[in-house]
Amino acid sequence: MTTSTLDSEPMTTPADGGRRPRVVIDEVSKRFTITERKSTSTVQALDRVSLEVEDGEIVALTGLSGCGKTTLLRIIMGLEKASSGTVTVGDKVVTGCGYDRGLVFQHAELFPWRTALQNVEFGLEVKGVPADERRRIATEKLELVGLGNAMDRRPDQLSGGMKQRVGLARALSIEPEVLLMDEPFGALDAQTREGLQMEVLRIHRETGKTIVFVTHDLDEAVLLADRVVLMAPNPGRVDTIFDIPIKGPREDFFAIRGLDEFAHTRYAIWSRLMAGVHGDAPREEER
Amino acid sequence: MSIASSTATTAETAEAGRGFWRRFLWNRRYTFVTIASLVVLMLAWEFFGRRMDPIFASYPTDIAKTFKAEVQDGTLQTALFDSLKPLALGYLIAALGGIPLGLVLGRYRIVEAAFGVYITAGYAMPMVAFIPLLILWFGLGFSVKVAVVVVMTVFPIVISTWAGVNSVPKSLVEVGKSFMASEAAVMRKIILPSTVPHIMTGLRLGIGRAVIGIVIAEFFTSIGGLGGLIINAGQQFDTSALFVPVVVLMALGVGLTRGVGWLESRVAPWYAGVSGGRDPE
Ligand SMILES: Nc1ncnc2c1ncn2[C@@H]1O[C@H](COP(=O)(O)OP(=O)(O)OP(=O)(O)O)[C@@H](O)[C@H]1O
Ligand SMILES: [Mg+2]
Repeated sequence: MTTSTLDSEPMTTPADGGRRPRVVIDEVSKRFTITERKSTSTVQALDRVSLEVEDGEIVALTGLSGCGKTTLLRIIMGLEKASSGTVTVGDKVVTGCGYDRGLVFQHAELFPWRTALQNVEFGLEVKGVPADERRRIATEKLELVGLGNAMDRRPDQLSGGMKQRVGLARALSIEPEVLLMDEPFGALDAQTREGLQMEVLRIHRETGKTIVFVTHDLDEAVLLADRVVLMAPNPGRVDTIFDIPIKGPREDFFAIRGLDEFAHTRYAIWSRLMAGVHGDAPREEER
Repeated sequence: MSIASSTATTAETAEAGRGFWRRFLWNRRYTFVTIASLVVLMLAWEFFGRRMDPIFASYPTDIAKTFKAEVQDGTLQTALFDSLKPLALGYLIAALGGIPLGLVLGRYRIVEAAFGVYITAGYAMPMVAFIPLLILWFGLGFSVKVAVVVVMTVFPIVISTWAGVNSVPKSLVEVGKSFMASEAAVMRKIILPSTVPHIMTGLRLGIGRAVIGIVIAEFFTSIGGLGGLIINAGQQFDTSALFVPVVVLMALGVGLTRGVGWLESRVAPWYAGVSGGRDPE
């Protein structure tokens, strides 16, 4: 297993076979100004975060609450502007949202007045895809996430897990190269979550999309990701990047959870996370 | 179980029929309570009303008699239409002007800063105070009635729509942005549908105020309409004739408000599923 702090990692150059990373986050900082009744204060949500994500790679962002995971994801999406630094997706510097990226929101954020199918059609509608084409693609995406039988239901008639699937189908509808997900399965029960994780792996295998997702669940991070980026708060920054040494297909969670590599990597991330909570290094009695 | 019928099939239909009626009655149990309450009130009114001086009070059967007479000679219909026409036109103008205004006020800070105060002030102040001014501007005819209805109705419609836009979750707008929706598309596909329940609330509040508005306008101008009938009857101490338009107005107010409520459930059926309100029985 290789772990490397980002400071010591050199920037990847196009020299290695001419392959460019899909997403390049270069020294991104974000300061929020908070205006209270009289005073204004600033929060350093992100401090010079750099990260590269290869084409087709799955990267998990994790870390304590408030370390800037959501902020980073929103900056990649183009919903938030970085105070300094740049994000490049493909060969374009991000200045706003774009059809090359799709975001799955933490709480699905479906339009309550639209049926599942119409929700998935939304992005295509805005993009100007003709109606019959729209319907065809939306149906296909809903079937992809296993919701072929609930297409005409409104969100209030869907379960939490179903809503998340619709959100996923909606993000996939415009065929983004990069799929961004903010704690997509956080609020679900263990079984539903595993089902959706499996779904994501299958979609990844079929489409080869680059995926960046936020999670608090270390199991989920290690199960799905090629690399896990552990972030630290105050100011929000990259703490450690863990390469996940599990190779080959990931769908057999049962087997993977039994692997030594799984346990070791998970432990390594966990102890590093705890070091951040308790001080510099995990103390002996907590081991 | 029924033992009245000898064959299984007729027993079943009888059972099903009885079940149907039982369900029919049970489903409407609250309606029956309402009706019972009304009947008790009517009986009490009839009983005590007959005992009082006819100059001060009337009673249901007497009102019904006058009602019939006024329908037969056509005065009631004429008055009703005289009131309904400006009411409908004024309400329409208020809705068509108020909804877009509310949407723009809610969506654009700068518009809110520029015009929000007037709307808040207009909503808070009793619009009756402006009627003399409106009479100066519009005279004593049809147009002043329309103007009063507009002035009475437009503010609740604007305020509700405006508040509705403010309560659109920011995250839904961000969904629009994440798909690169234009401002027009955000307005039409996200803000407007999301605000529909609030707009309908405004329309429901507005219709009640429109009825109040039309009566007040007719009191002030004392020409035509149901308000005119009331004033005339009052001046002639004809109490039962006074109650006829009052009852009609009551029915009108309730009916129109119900109508808008029904429209609400048709236009935004999804809202019942996400709001904390009770399901309709
Ligand atoms: N719009 C905002 N205005 C002001 N401060 C903000 C805003 N958004 C985020 N912050 C601050 O930035 C920091 C990082 O927030 P962020 O939501 O990115 O954390 P997170 O890692 O996603 O946390 P969690 O795991 O709890 O979701 C926090 O301190 C937060 O208070
Ligand atoms: Mg977050």
